[in-house]
Amino acid sequence: MKLLELLGYFNYWVFAILLAVGLYAVISKTNLIKKLIGLSIFQSAVFLMYITMDKVEGGTAPIIQAGVENPIFSNPLPQVLILTAIVVGVSTLSLGLAMVVRIKECYGTIEENEILDAD
Amino acid sequence: MIDLALDILSWILLTLGGVCVLIGGIGGLRLPNFYTRIHAASLTDTMATLLIFIGIILQAGFTLASLKLFAIMLFLLLTGPTATYALANAALLSGLKPGPGRSGLKPDAGTAKDKTKENSPE
Amino acid sequence: MIYIFALFLLTLLVITAIAIVRAEDLFVAVILTSIFSLLMAINFFILDAADVALTEAAVGAGVTTVIFLCALALTGDREKPQKEGRKGGQKIALVIVGVLALLIIYSTFDNPQLGDPDAPVHQHVAPWYLEKTPQYMDFPNVVTAILSSFRGYDTLGEVFVVFAACIGVLFILGVSPPRKSMQVNVKQSGLRHHLIPQVVGRLLIPFIVLFGLYTQFHGEYGPGGGFQAGALIATGVILYALLEGEAEALRAVPRRVLLGMVVGGALLYGSVGIVCMLMGGAFLDYSVLAADPVWGQQLGILIIEAGVGMAVCGALLSIFHAFAARERVS
Repeated sequence: MKLLELLGYFNYWVFAILLAVGLYAVISKTNLIKKLIGLSIFQSAVFLMYITMDKVEGGTAPIIQAGVENPIFSNPLPQVLILTAIVVGVSTLSLGLAMVVRIKECYGTIEENEILDAD
Repeated sequence: MIDLALDILSWILLTLGGVCVLIGGIGGLRLPNFYTRIHAASLTDTMATLLIFIGIILQAGFTLASLKLFAIMLFLLLTGPTATYALANAALLSGLKPGPGRSGLKPDAGTAKDKTKENSPE
Repeated sequence: MIYIFALFLLTLLVITAIAIVRAEDLFVAVILTSIFSLLMAINFFILDAADVALTEAAVGAGVTTVIFLCALALTGDREKPQKEGRKGGQKIALVIVGVLALLIIYSTFDNPQLGDPDAPVHQHVAPWYLEKTPQYMDFPNVVTAILSSFRGYDTLGEVFVVFAACIGVLFILGVSPPRKSMQVNVKQSGLRHHLIPQVVGRLLIPFIVLFGLYTQFHGEYGPGGGFQAGALIATGVILYALLEGEAEALRAVPRRVLLGMVVGGALLYGSVGIVCMLMGGAFLDYSVLAADPVWGQQLGILIIEAGVGMAVCGALLSIFHAFAARERVS
């Protein structure tokens, strides 16, 4: 496969690597805030994959200018989905952080193994 | 003719701006002390901003886009040095003393938390 | 040529993500997360997604960092080192995620090339949207048209999710903690010795709020819309709270006003839908709102974007105040 074709897949490979990094942080770190940070990396990797799918070669942002003949636009639909997803992501993150704060007050620690031992 | 002169001028300005960013980056990595590293970072905030933005404004001509670029440049020039000042002030109040060489150990965890707590009222 | 820059940015993203996972000091991890969000926003802009880049920069690199720092101030700063028994478990986790990444990389060889115009995702719905937006709605930004009108149900659900998260955080953090610590002496709230940021902040906050309002009302003509505007105005008020102290910010925008904004925004969106039903169309069918269907669509989109902006701003500010008003219990 030619080098240029290989580079065309680079976005997808970065998506796979970021997914793996985020998942590793979620499943193997014991600190709760580190898990939440890993979750947000995981979400950002998924956003990257959707927005990668929407690019059209030689296209521009999907804003219709008057008087331009035969324009090529990038696909607007994944952008709409990801706009919703970003805001939902920050909502769940703030709710998770509120729960971490309460856990710290009740158990005195935010390391997962100590919380499980205390129960 | 004037187009060519504008192009050459903006090429020179953009290249100089890029060189300033590179120098700031190298300084941020290689200088020994925290306070010296902030000096290097603030070079990126001010000098490189000026050069790169004026280079782009010359390319954009006299349109609405160049007025917006000018406003962004003004905003960056105001907030960049303020952020550098706030960083240096926070470090000084946490106990990191400026001095030659690799002076100034990391402040211990207790004082760092007091810094963040003073923002919430009691 | 710009693809080489995109490749460079993607490599930086991977390096930053690995540095985040390996950092033991949580403060460092949070700052690196905000750098990660900014790099992601630049990447989105290179891939022609202007609205998404604006939202990711405003919400991801701005508000998420502030909320993380508030939570960090209330809990610990460092991650404790792993105990010996976990080391084996960590190696197994590494092997599992490595195999997962290799499987996904193997499966992406079937994907269409980046930017291929014949890819299946560009075929059926997207050209229909691009063609029908000038016909039904007659304004330039297609993403806002799809977000508020063609897929208005999704955005309604999203406003309700933001509302639910705000209510959830207020339920969890609205109760005062058990007072185990001794009485903390009353310091002046706000930053002391910080005259320069206060002066510069007071100079810039009106312009930040003005830019937020500009983004709200120009969502139809360029990148913008309700979410970005709500996040920007919330950022302006959070800056005011950081500089002058939380009590001053609560006097400027009281809690009742914030709750009113959240509830009012969600209600506004829902009631526009019900008014459309009362005037004879379907739920959220804006063309019946005025005599001319195109003007009806524009009016409907204007009102619901205002509702979305109010709801997002009120929710983000309520969440910030809920975290900031909490005392730390050691």
